[in-house]
Amino acid sequence: MNNPITEKLYELLKQVGGYIYPNEIEIHWSILVVVYPYITGLVAGAFILASLVKVFNIQEVQSVYRLSLLTALSFLLVAPLPLLLHLGHPDRSFEIFLNPNFSSAMAMFGFVYAWYLMVVLLLEIWFTYRRDIILWAKNERFPMRLIHRTLALFSTDVSEKAVRFDKKVVKGITIIGIPSAFLLHGYVGFIFGSIKANPWWSSVLMPIVFLFSAIVSGIALVILLYMIITPFRKEPIDMKCLDKMASYLFYAVIVDFSLELLDFIHRLYQSEESIKILSELVMSKLFVSLGIIQVLLGMLLPLGVMIAIKLFRFDDELRKLLYFVSVILIQLGIFATRWNVVIGGQMFSKSFRGLTAYKMELTGFEGLFMSLFLLVLPLIILAIMIKILPPWEPEKNVEYLTD
Amino acid sequence: MNRRKFSGKFFTLLFTTTFVGKLLHRRASADTKGYDPSKHYYGMGIQIDKCIGCGRCVEACKEENGVPKEPFFFRTWVERYIIKRNGEVNVRSIDGRISGRDREIEETEILRSFFVPKLCNQCDNPPCVQVCPVGATFKTEDGVILVDEDRCIGCRYCIQACPYGARYLHPEKQTADKCTFCYHRITKGLLPACVEVCPTQARIFGDSKSPASPLTRFKRMNKIHVLKPSLNTDPKVLYSELDGEVR
Repeated sequence: MNNPITEKLYELLKQVGGYIYPNEIEIHWSILVVVYPYITGLVAGAFILASLVKVFNIQEVQSVYRLSLLTALSFLLVAPLPLLLHLGHPDRSFEIFLNPNFSSAMAMFGFVYAWYLMVVLLLEIWFTYRRDIILWAKNERFPMRLIHRTLALFSTDVSEKAVRFDKKVVKGITIIGIPSAFLLHGYVGFIFGSIKANPWWSSVLMPIVFLFSAIVSGIALVILLYMIITPFRKEPIDMKCLDKMASYLFYAVIVDFSLELLDFIHRLYQSEESIKILSELVMSKLFVSLGIIQVLLGMLLPLGVMIAIKLFRFDDELRKLLYFVSVILIQLGIFATRWNVVIGGQMFSKSFRGLTAYKMELTGFEGLFMSLFLLVLPLIILAIMIKILPPWEPEKNVEYLTD
Repeated sequence: MNRRKFSGKFFTLLFTTTFVGKLLHRRASADTKGYDPSKHYYGMGIQIDKCIGCGRCVEACKEENGVPKEPFFFRTWVERYIIKRNGEVNVRSIDGRISGRDREIEETEILRSFFVPKLCNQCDNPPCVQVCPVGATFKTEDGVILVDEDRCIGCRYCIQACPYGARYLHPEKQTADKCTFCYHRITKGLLPACVEVCPTQARIFGDSKSPASPLTRFKRMNKIHVLKPSLNTDPKVLYSELDGEVR
């Protein structure tokens, strides 16, 4: 049998160290499964940022409220794709909806996803935009007029009473939305955390660590998008808004870092059967992705920068630069976090006696290019959505939001 | 052909095909006829001291079940343990084909050495069944864990959840695959292929519901241990003389 899979495995055989069970040579969850929690994390994080704005009515950050919502939606639309592409039988994926096994954490995906997309995000965005879409449609021509009228579901009521109702609904959805966002990403953490066979994953902290790293990555992404898009619009960057967002980011990073540190210390202190092989894993195969990228570049360095910003009064330009570099580093760090969980968790044998290797493909469904495409796709969707539903114009929208 | 003749022929054809179909169906299921899964509960006993590491069980399993021949796909395999005088443990899997003898270890260095046949533990509390999102992996009434390859979506969650590395993704079918205790054989009263070919009777197959079963005798005559008991998977593959180094 000249199967490309087996050819690849023969090559990997040379990189196996120690003893692994013979079926363990193949890394089953590839880079696509790294991309999946990374993307859902961004969704949950961006949404939680939007919710903070709404629930606590924080004035400084109002201008990114809609941008956060659209970001969450565009990434959520792409979130199932890596999973789908990764399946051995994507043609049977609908079975998860039709025939779910209720004891399986993964079977809940369909329900959590549908709930979050339909009940939370789409509704919140619709009620947030409804009045504006109607007003836009009035002054437009075909085809935008038709698009906006359709998006408004042909509603035309912009009376004060209707708008007040919209606002009330948005508030209500946000309140349901925060636990839903927690559920969406906490659940992804649970998929890994509940696998008792794998000591690298099996941890009650896993959903919580996932959640806080999600918040970190989501806020960092919105900051990054805001800093990139605003100059393109030839608008000045609102430093108050930026400082406030960075401040949230700072607290989220501290919580995230503490949780991960706690997890690390707990493992070391308990020193269970698996500690030897896990230490070996961290010191060899994961040294760069965990030690250098995740912890040093993705967490400690941005944390240091943000502390410095808080301590010293840097001018606006320097602050912008430092924020910009920090959020990029944080994105890199969170992606590495997902990598270390997903790929790292499969690199050691469940016999605890050896390590295997992962060789990423470039092309193909489970390759690097596909992953990059899946990471860029939400940005393209976001660009289109921003065109159709501008999150900042007209200026009076902001008025409507803040009053 | 008039209407009466046509309908006559039509109904004759219909009856014959139905009858022949029924007959064929009955022949197909005749082998397992009278098999009542509720009357059985299968398990396997492995006597480590009897295994000589010949690997015939591995070969027979691959042959019987169409397991890909490459050394990355196994429903059963045999591990060789060498525990050296300095405490170092050397493990490798004998796959019967590509691995030769280890020449690096001097005989004088060896403290003790033994073989451990491995396979799906047919857990009574199976983590794979728990995690399968579509219920393609299930436990039969007679205690065997099977995979419905027409329903498996190939998500590989079960492979991640198995603590024993007993599952693999079939490279052609793209569905999860594992030991079935040769379900197609045992329901006809035959032994699993690995048990059948074992020259030293290191593997003992039996029905724990039957007091006369070899498994019952195995359980009576030996001190028994299972793999990774702390995970509470409750394996139905039982080992006698199991060394503490085996995981």
